[in-house]
Amino acid sequence: MTTPSMDDRTIESALADLTLSAPSHLAVDVLVDVGLADRYAMIESPIGPLYVAWNARGVSTVGLARDDAAFESEHRERTGRTAVRAAALPPALGARIARRIAGDRRPDIRVDLRGRSEFEQAVLRKAAEIPHGEVRPYGWIAAEIGRPKAVRAVGTALGHNPVPLIVPCHRVVRTDGTIGQYSLGGPDNKRTILAAEGLDPDDFERRARAGEHYTGSRTTHIVCNPTCRHARRVMDKHRVWFRSLDAAADAGYRPCKICRPASGATVVAISA
Amino acid sequence: MDTDDALALRLAHDLDGTFEALVLAHQDRLYTIAHRFLGNGHDAEEVTQDALVRAYGAIAGYDGDRIRALQLRPWLATIVLNLCRNRLARSHGAPGALSLDRESPDGATLPEPAADPATSPAAVVDRREARRRWAALVVQLPPAYRAPVVLRHVDGLSYPELAIALDRPEGTVKAQVHRGLALLRTAFEASERLEREEMTA
Repeated sequence: MTTPSMDDRTIESALADLTLSAPSHLAVDVLVDVGLADRYAMIESPIGPLYVAWNARGVSTVGLARDDAAFESEHRERTGRTAVRAAALPPALGARIARRIAGDRRPDIRVDLRGRSEFEQAVLRKAAEIPHGEVRPYGWIAAEIGRPKAVRAVGTALGHNPVPLIVPCHRVVRTDGTIGQYSLGGPDNKRTILAAEGLDPDDFERRARAGEHYTGSRTTHIVCNPTCRHARRVMDKHRVWFRSLDAAADAGYRPCKICRPASGATVVAISA
Repeated sequence: MDTDDALALRLAHDLDGTFEALVLAHQDRLYTIAHRFLGNGHDAEEVTQDALVRAYGAIAGYDGDRIRALQLRPWLATIVLNLCRNRLARSHGAPGALSLDRESPDGATLPEPAADPATSPAAVVDRREARRRWAALVVQLPPAYRAPVVLRHVDGLSYPELAIALDRPEGTVKAQVHRGLALLRTAFEASERLEREEMTA
């Protein structure tokens, strides 16, 4: 027996037969890696399980949905991108979100806010500064970002917050001191989340109705937003309440440098 | 070529809206190049993913003229080959040792399904065996010949494209391809002899 001689044509056709198909998940892996597709999974929260979507640029959606199909179509509607179900969040991301929801502001969570206007992004960044368990009025955000008259637009921007809980829009309340609307399933959820953060929403609204919009200390003569962590340390015997910042100023109180209540001063409380 | 030119135009106009089309058009051939160069599906998968992500980053940094002028087939082949070579350098350049019988289940799928009634089960087995054998021979070629042979005869690049992909004159890459084929023939014949000796031993 002799070795059959191999001509170049035979070798070339053998080589041409060595083509392969890429694994089916590869395209999605690439698209997620460049932020052109998202993965999603569920997390636990004070208001129950929530959908979370993310890609290489950050968390893109936190939301409620009837089921996976509904979430996927709402995500596509809003972002134009495909969302692919994952078993769970990447462990590091899941841990950071859980810590953030539990009140630890330190974990850095990148968010993907593509498609949001400069104004909307400024509103969301400012809302993210409000500490766990505290609230600020819409007018405070408007003033802090240098658009004091854009209170209604602030409300709209927060209503379209794509990443509630991570950007804590639930900590922004109406200027009249009522808790107000919430995009993530309605106002009851807002109250539940605030209560989970240690703030009593009923008590907060009761005080606002009684005209107690700002609080100060007789010993320091500093006036604060009522939920400011410095205001909460004031002993009851030293505490004083104000209907407006003008009233506080007339009494010789200066605004707290931490919670900066002066920012909301242009908006007068409208509770009759 | 024409479809790639159109793709480059669209990429220049709207990278984010077009990149998925690039991935779908090129992922199989890039995965094939990486798999045939590295000899295993796991590394090939990582390298292909990395190459496409880098391609996106590169295009995002290019101006419109440069994107429109891209020759996607050789350009993407260069990216994937560079990553393959880096990986080989890290693993001390011994791909042959891990090449045999390492076609991943996904990767082993034949491109044309064996639906042709004329194709007997025996023929399917023969073809799979031939692919396994030639893949093993290719991956044992020295890298300097492996890349030109894979790009020319597995991926099907033209010699002008090959010259771009490998950044060498056309004459040089032609000579490398011919030398690579000659080495393959020698290796094939040696393996045939070995098999015969084993059978008669």
